[in-house]
Amino acid sequence: MRITQGTFSFLPDLSDEQVARQVDYCLAQGWAMGIETTDDPHPRNTYWEMFGPPMFDVRDAAAVMGELARCRAAFPDQYIRLTAFDASHGVESIVLAFIVNRPAVEPGFRLVRQEAEGRTVRYSIESYAVQARPEGARYAGPDVAPDAAEQ
Amino acid sequence: MRTDDLPPQLAANPFAAALIESGIAELLDGLDRDLVGMAPVKRRIRDIAALLLVDKLRAEHGLAGRAPSLHMCFTGNPGTGKTTVALRMAAILHRLGHVRKGHLVAVTRDDLVGQYIGHTAPRTREVLKKAMGGVLFIDEAYYLYRPENERDYGQEAIEILLQVMENQRDDLVVILAGYKDRMDRFFASNPGMSSRIAHHIDFPDYGVDELARIAGLMLAAMDYRFDEEAARVFIDYLERRRGQPHFANARSVRNALDRARLRHASRLLRDPAAFPDQEWLSTLRAPDLLASRVFAAPALPDAGGEAPC
Amino acid sequence: MEADGFVEIRDAKQRYSAGVLKYAQMGYWAPDYVPKDTDVLALFRITPQEGVDAVEAAAAVAGESSTATWTVVWTDRLTACDMYRAKAYRIDPVPNNPGQFFCRVAYDLSLFEEGSVANLAASIIGNVFGFKPLKALRLEDMRFPLAYVKTFSGPPTGIIVERERLDKFGRPLLGATTKPKLGLSGRNYGRVVYEGLKGGLDFMKDDENINSQPFMHWRDRFLFVMEAVARASAASGEVKGHYLNVTAGTMEEMVRRAEFAKELGSLIVMIDLVVGWTAIQSMSHWCRQNDMVLHLHRAGHGTYTRQKNHGVSFRVIAKWLRLCGVDHMHAGTAVGKLEGDPMTVQGYYKVCRDSHTEVDLARGLFFDQDWGALRKVMPVASGGIHAGQMHQLLALFGDDVVLQFGGGTIGHPQGIQAGATANRVALEAMVLARNEGRDIHEEGPDILRDAARWCAPLRAALDTWGDITFNYTPTDTSDFTPTPSVV
Repeated sequence: MRITQGTFSFLPDLSDEQVARQVDYCLAQGWAMGIETTDDPHPRNTYWEMFGPPMFDVRDAAAVMGELARCRAAFPDQYIRLTAFDASHGVESIVLAFIVNRPAVEPGFRLVRQEAEGRTVRYSIESYAVQARPEGARYAGPDVAPDAAEQ
Repeated sequence: MRTDDLPPQLAANPFAAALIESGIAELLDGLDRDLVGMAPVKRRIRDIAALLLVDKLRAEHGLAGRAPSLHMCFTGNPGTGKTTVALRMAAILHRLGHVRKGHLVAVTRDDLVGQYIGHTAPRTREVLKKAMGGVLFIDEAYYLYRPENERDYGQEAIEILLQVMENQRDDLVVILAGYKDRMDRFFASNPGMSSRIAHHIDFPDYGVDELARIAGLMLAAMDYRFDEEAARVFIDYLERRRGQPHFANARSVRNALDRARLRHASRLLRDPAAFPDQEWLSTLRAPDLLASRVFAAPALPDAGGEAPC
Repeated sequence: MEADGFVEIRDAKQRYSAGVLKYAQMGYWAPDYVPKDTDVLALFRITPQEGVDAVEAAAAVAGESSTATWTVVWTDRLTACDMYRAKAYRIDPVPNNPGQFFCRVAYDLSLFEEGSVANLAASIIGNVFGFKPLKALRLEDMRFPLAYVKTFSGPPTGIIVERERLDKFGRPLLGATTKPKLGLSGRNYGRVVYEGLKGGLDFMKDDENINSQPFMHWRDRFLFVMEAVARASAASGEVKGHYLNVTAGTMEEMVRRAEFAKELGSLIVMIDLVVGWTAIQSMSHWCRQNDMVLHLHRAGHGTYTRQKNHGVSFRVIAKWLRLCGVDHMHAGTAVGKLEGDPMTVQGYYKVCRDSHTEVDLARGLFFDQDWGALRKVMPVASGGIHAGQMHQLLALFGDDVVLQFGGGTIGHPQGIQAGATANRVALEAMVLARNEGRDIHEEGPDILRDAARWCAPLRAALDTWGDITFNYTPTDTSDFTPTPSVV
C-alpha cells in the first residue's frame, strides 16, 4: 500500500535533486521550511513530530537538505515530510507539504464500521501499523504483513 | 564599463572581455571608487577574481583541478574595512557563481558557542544554515579557541566549522577576521584551520591623507564641511590620534566627527553672532576640533585606559 | 453632458409641485457628487431607447433603483430625501459600442439592511430592469464599503481552513461529477464515487439536479456515498469528500438533509444557486455552526449573466455569493465546453480569492474592493476539461482552485480509477515542473508526455482526448482589451 498524502505522492519518489529544487522554490517565495516525522499516518493526525523548529532566515536549499539527511539518519523507518509555511497576511498557513521518506513496508488502514440506528454506519479508519505496535517501533521488520489487495 | 572603453590593446584581450561580461569588472571598479586607499587589498582582490575567472575557463576547457578553496582570512586593526570588503567579496563570488545566493552573515564567537554541554552544536548549525549559499564572516575568530578554560566549548564549534569548510565548499565560503598577531597564534594552535584558508589578506592602517579623505566623504554624506582652518587642524588631530591607544581607523574618524558636531551645535547656541543659514549650520570650524582631549595630552602612547576623543 | 433640461431643480416649491419632471431634474443626476467611502456603488451598462438621452436614462436608473416613481409625490418631503436618493454621478461611453454607456450610481449606506443579500438584490435589481426607456440594462459591477462588508460573516470555511481540514496544500484540488447525470440508483451511484476517489480524486460531486428523485431517494444516496468515501479514504490514507446536494423544496427540508450529511460524517455539502439568496445565507450560517464546507453550484446563472448587454454580470453574482458566504463557487474554466472568456473568468477568480481586489479593466473589474477579513472562496472550474489541458488550467488559475473532470474521469477508456489517476498524475507532474521554474504554458505538453511514459492511464487519456478543444468566440468579453485567443 502507498499512502498518497502530500502534494507529490502520485509521482515516483522524488530524488534529492528534485527535492532541493522544490526547496529552492519555497525559499525564493520567502516561505519557512519545516521537517516533520511520524509513525502514525492517520489522515486526521495533523501534528507530526517537528525535527527542529521551522527554518526561518535560511536562504539556500543546502541548509535544508543537510537537516533532512540528519533526519533520515535518525528516523529511517518513519514518514518524513517537508512543509513550507507562508506567513503573509491572508495566508498564514502551510502552502506546500510533501513526503520525502517512507517506511519500507506500508501496511495501510482498515475501515472500521460501527452499525448505528437504521441504515446508518459510523466509520473510522485504523492504521494496521499503529494497532500492532507502540510509537517508535511500528515499522521495523517483515512480520507486519502488507495488505495484499492494496498492492 | 564596456569593452569599447578599454585601450585598444586590452580590448582585444579575451580575458579582460570575459571579466567585463561577467559583471565582475563593474564590481571591482565599484570597489576602487567607493573605498579609499587600501591599495594592497584591492590588488589582492583583483588577483583572486582573475584566478577564479581563469579557473572557470579552465574547467570549461576540461582542464584538471578541483573546486578551489575560497575560504579567506582578513587581518588588520579595527576600522580598516574588513567587514565592508567581505560584503563586496560576497557579491563578487556570487557573480562568479561560486556562491549561490551571495548574502553575508556576520557573527562573533558568542553566536557560535554555547554556555553548557550540548548547546554549541545546535547554535553553530543554526548559524551555518542561515549562511548556506553565501558567506560566513567570523569576526575575532581566535576567541573560539580558549585552551586555558576547560569548560569552554569553542573547540566544538571549531570542529564543526572545519568539517563544513572542507566538505561543503560549494555551499559556503568562510571569512575569518581579526588582529594579525592573535590570528597567527590561533592558526599556530589550529593547523587544520590554517590549512583550509586559501587567501590571507592584510588590511593596513590608513594613512593620514586617506583618513582625511574618508572624513571628507563622511562629512559630505552628512551635509557638513570643514572650513580651511578646520581642515588643517583635522590633519593635526589625526596625526596625534593615530599614536594614541585604541585607534580604530575609519571608526575613530567617525567618532571624531560626531564629537565635532556636538561642539558645533553648542557653539551655535553660545555665539551671539550665530545665524541659522546654510553656511553656519553646516560648517565645522577649528574650535570644534581643538576642544578635543587629543590636543590637551602630550603625543605619547600610554599603557591602556580609555580612548581619547 | 450639461443641458438645461438636466440640471437639478433646487427650488423646493418648483421641485415638489405635482406633475412629471425629468429624473435628472429631480436630483438623480449629480455630476458633481463625490462618492463617500461608505456609499454602495453600482456600475450599469445602459442602452437607452432611440431618442432617450443617456443622462436622463442614467438618472432614471438611479431613481428607479432608489426612491423615485414616475410622478412627483409630496410625501417625499416627509423624509430627508436628498440622502435616500441614489445619485448617478458619472457616465462614460462604452468603447467601440455606440449607443451603450457605463453609468455609475452611488447609494447611501442607510438604504440597506445589514447582513442581507436578499435586500441588496431587491434594492439594486428589483425594480429597474423592466424599465421601458431602456432597451437593455446590465449590472456590470458593484463596490461595497467596508462598513457594509463587515455586516456579513462571509464564507463559513474559506480556502485556508478548507485546506487545513483536508490536509492538502500546494496544488489545485481535483473533483468530478458523477455521470450519468440522472438515473443511477444509490448503490450504483456510490460505485462511481468510490472508483473516482480511490483512483486519486479529492472530491466527487452530485450534479445540480440530483436532489431526491424517484430513481434515487436522497437518504439512499447519502448512505451509499459515505460508504464509498470512507472506503476510499482507508484505501489511500487521504481525507476524501463528496459534495452531497441538500437542495430541496423548502428550507426546513434542506436543513434536515444537511443534518443527515453531518451525522454520516461528510465534510462538505452542496446547494444550487436557484434556492435563492435567503436560503444560501441560512445554509452558510448552518455550515459554520456545523463545521461543514459549503459548495455552491451556480445553476441557472447563464439565463441572466451570459449576454453582454442585458442582465447581471457574473462578477456581481460572485461578489454577492462571497458576502452570503459560500466556500466553493463554480466560476468558469475558460478552456472548457461552457462560456467564458479567459480574462473575464480571471476577473471572477480575483473576486473569489483577493483580500483586496484592484481595478483591472482588462479583467472587467471596475472598482477597488476591500474585502476586509472576509474569508476567500475556492473557485471551481468544471465543464469539458481534461488532463491534456492541465498546463493551461494551472497557468490560468494557480493552485487555489478545484478542477473538476466529470467526463474526463468517467469516460476514460481504462475505467474510472484510471481516469482519476491520469488526472492526478498530470496535475502533480505539472505542479512539480512549475515549482522547478519551467514554463508550463510552453512546455506543458512535453511535461505531460514525459509523465505519460511511466503512467499508462495518462497515456491513454492523452491519446483519447489530446486534441479536443472548445474554441468558440465568447459572448461576454472585456471591453478594454482584445480577447486573447484560447490556445
